[in-house]
Amino acid sequence: MIEIQNLSKCFQNGNECIWAIKNVSFHVNRGEIFGIIGLSGAGKSTLIRCLNRLEEPTQGRIIIDGVDITALDKRELRAKRKDIGMIFQHFNLLSQKTTYENIALPLELAGLDKKEINSRVNELLEYVGLRDKRNAYPSQLSGGQKQRVAIARALANNPKILLSDEATSALDPKTTKSILELLNRIRNELGLTIVMITHQIEVVKDICDRVAIMENGEIVEINTVEELFRRPKSKTAKAFISSLKSDVQEEFVIPEEFNGRVVRLSFWGDNAKKPIVSHMIKKFNIDVNILSGNISQLMSTSAGHLIVELVGEDGEIQAAIDYLKSQDVDVEVM
Amino acid sequence: MLELIIPSLLQTVYMVFFSTVFSLLLGFPMGVLLVITEKGGIWEKPTLYRILDGIINVLRSFPFLILMVLLFPLSRLIVGKTIGTTATIVPLSVAAAPFVARVIETSLKEVDKGVIEFGQSIGATVPQIIFKILIPEAMPSLIMGVTLTIVNLIGYSAMAGAIGGGGLGDLAIRYGLYRFQTDVMVVSVVVIVILVQGVQFLGNKLASRINKK
Repeated sequence: MIEIQNLSKCFQNGNECIWAIKNVSFHVNRGEIFGIIGLSGAGKSTLIRCLNRLEEPTQGRIIIDGVDITALDKRELRAKRKDIGMIFQHFNLLSQKTTYENIALPLELAGLDKKEINSRVNELLEYVGLRDKRNAYPSQLSGGQKQRVAIARALANNPKILLSDEATSALDPKTTKSILELLNRIRNELGLTIVMITHQIEVVKDICDRVAIMENGEIVEINTVEELFRRPKSKTAKAFISSLKSDVQEEFVIPEEFNGRVVRLSFWGDNAKKPIVSHMIKKFNIDVNILSGNISQLMSTSAGHLIVELVGEDGEIQAAIDYLKSQDVDVEVM
Repeated sequence: MLELIIPSLLQTVYMVFFSTVFSLLLGFPMGVLLVITEKGGIWEKPTLYRILDGIINVLRSFPFLILMVLLFPLSRLIVGKTIGTTATIVPLSVAAAPFVARVIETSLKEVDKGVIEFGQSIGATVPQIIFKILIPEAMPSLIMGVTLTIVNLIGYSAMAGAIGGGGLGDLAIRYGLYRFQTDVMVVSVVVIVILVQGVQFLGNKLASRINKK
């Protein structure tokens, strides 16, 4: 659906070139929710704005549905942009227009007549659950409601792709959840492909299928969300995941302070629900001391981490570790 | 007294009304052009911006009375004479136009960059962004700007009176200054003050009524 090849973007600062994006390549599948996560300044905002050329790429190609976006002239680009909806962190609603007028604007600009606009806007209001806010101005709406208006407005022209630029960053956790649910519904029911950038790992966890980790203008890791939580490869990804488990304080487990062998076990999917550790204790002559652990709910599955101290003879410990591996548990000796 | 004040008041209203209309016709497009052609604008044209910016600065530097005298030939060309209320509308409009351009520029620049970006993201053309997003979003501020322009033009029109433009300023100078009829001068000034207050009051009211922010 979206193919990004060797994309780079430089911001000219006098004679100097500051590279915000460095040679980035990835693809997004049709109907996928693809996340791009990174700290602020990682270049993710610039990257998503290159996808509809709000920001002009310096090098590289962006192919959407077989069309090279970077090769389009202004008129062709404007037409293509109607296929790509976008929502923003600060909603970007017109403050002087009502909910209805805001959603109607893209339709008006596309040249629809009053009757068509009316029926389409009513349909969209219904879809995002804002029928009673039809005549309210943005200043009378809550953050979540504003983002719903923005989503309805972005959907007005039936786009195939939705770009989300930190759409939940200004919202509280509960509202964030409801907006993410709406986006997921849009993907499932309308078949949109969604590319979203965020600095919130919770968002990735809740809704994304795959995710790219960005750091200093480069993508350091692309992974399915399941794999990311199971076996994060990059340091940044690990940092994001451990930030999610703030209640676990994993870093305070210092293996040297224990006599036994300290291992980190990762479970996922059905594994997380089986009493594997209990079986292990019964099977082998070892003691298990649980140091920390957690289970997080990913979009479609659950992933669990457990840090345990194994006490016993070396041979038994090794056999126990082998047993865990045979049960598809990831074992990392710390 | 009334037979002196009423015709002068009407002349002032006439001058101010038409010079407001014409200065807006001249200045509004210039203000829009300034905003869209500047660096980072939606129709970036740096050279055009610099030229426009320069012209406006030069025009605004002229003291109004001098500009008025310089524009006598233009008045003659357009209305056929250089003296009189109608003739005064020409220099008033030209003098106020660059002021209007700056006022409009300032108002339009207050519009949140995010909504312009939204417009671009849905494939809006430059005219669509100007007329469907930029101007509607800036409307309350634009009304305040027009109010400011009218108040300014009331002041200018009083000065124009001094060189044969008629109106309340002219009355105050002729009777008050030259004939020592202080009462006429006082009444003229009071009427001007009421006019300014009224315009400002209405402008504020209208702007806050339509503002939904």
